[in-house]
Amino acid sequence: MYEVGKKGDAAMPLYENISEFQLDAFREIGTIGAGNGATALSQLMNRKVSMSVPSIKILPFAQVPDVVGGAEKLVAGVFTTVEGPAPCNILFLFPIVSAKVLVGRLMDCKYLENEGIDDVGKSALAEVVNIVNGAYLNSLGSFTSLHFIPSVPALAIDMAGALLDTVLAQIGMAGDHALLMETVFSEIEENVTGHFFLLPEAGSLEKIMEAIGVKG
Amino acid sequence: MAKILKIGMADLNVALSPEVLQTCGLGSCVGICLWDPVTKVAGMAHIMLPSSSHGKSVNDAKFADTAVPLLIDKMGKRGAHKTRLVAKIAGGAQMFSFYSDNDIMKIGERNAQAVKAALQAVKIKLLAEDTGGNFGRTIEFYAENGQLYVRTINLGEKYI
Repeated sequence: MYEVGKKGDAAMPLYENISEFQLDAFREIGTIGAGNGATALSQLMNRKVSMSVPSIKILPFAQVPDVVGGAEKLVAGVFTTVEGPAPCNILFLFPIVSAKVLVGRLMDCKYLENEGIDDVGKSALAEVVNIVNGAYLNSLGSFTSLHFIPSVPALAIDMAGALLDTVLAQIGMAGDHALLMETVFSEIEENVTGHFFLLPEAGSLEKIMEAIGVKG
Repeated sequence: MAKILKIGMADLNVALSPEVLQTCGLGSCVGICLWDPVTKVAGMAHIMLPSSSHGKSVNDAKFADTAVPLLIDKMGKRGAHKTRLVAKIAGGAQMFSFYSDNDIMKIGERNAQAVKAALQAVKIKLLAEDTGGNFGRTIEFYAENGQLYVRTINLGEKYI
């Protein structure tokens, strides 16, 4: 992992203008947004949901899949592009076991070990993510007074690396590193975890910082 | 057990027989495999995007158009000869389907096309491909015999 905010580091031109202080501010907004997301998730599941304090990582692309346990790990991923003055990408990844428990809870059914999630279940999972994203983006929007317009979420169940590379390709033109804000949502009782990744596109982080008046 | 060299996203490497080149979880990315059947030098690149023309990136392994010449150059230094090289490719899937006709979502297809164009530009014959679809692939390329092993989650595995 690179030391964040080190000015003029040629290896990370995309984020060279972001200071440590700004990243702290970004993390703080993220914490509040994720808190809203956890509340929404908790209401949906009718269970207590906890969240981790968001971590911010700047990683070379090749190392991103390791964050979720390796490129070949089977996961359910929901991808949302966010349009507006500060475009971002959101990828919500669930280990497949967690996805099954979560969908089973919502649909009042239980998936067997070798059973895949059916189309109705997939749609339910995408909708859950849509609601959590909405709660998160609302909070981000009210802090910054910027509009964040999410796309309809798209779901895929496959290798983590395969889902990530599509998302990373969106920001790949501008650099070789991804800035990830990661929050882990977990429900202790049945051990459901989900990784929420926010990947701002080139220039978006600067716009967000400008909007909240945090200078580097 | 032959040594396995792992290749990450936007990266490339060269192997000598009996080594194996591996890249895990190709989605819209494309794995480009080149092989010299005489010296048994193999090369693999894991590209993310079709063209370097709009980017400011310094990483040539990331783009189809720049990764192919770079890989040929690196293989040349290990004893491969450009005129003998043959190619196999895999990946270029569309992992997510959006309702809107989003151009960036067709990145997999564009990657595969760009790789083929880049190979054609240097007159390297494409022997086999496993591209498209909506699923991820893990690939292993054997320097010993030029076989490309493709593994998927729901559609089994095969050699091309």
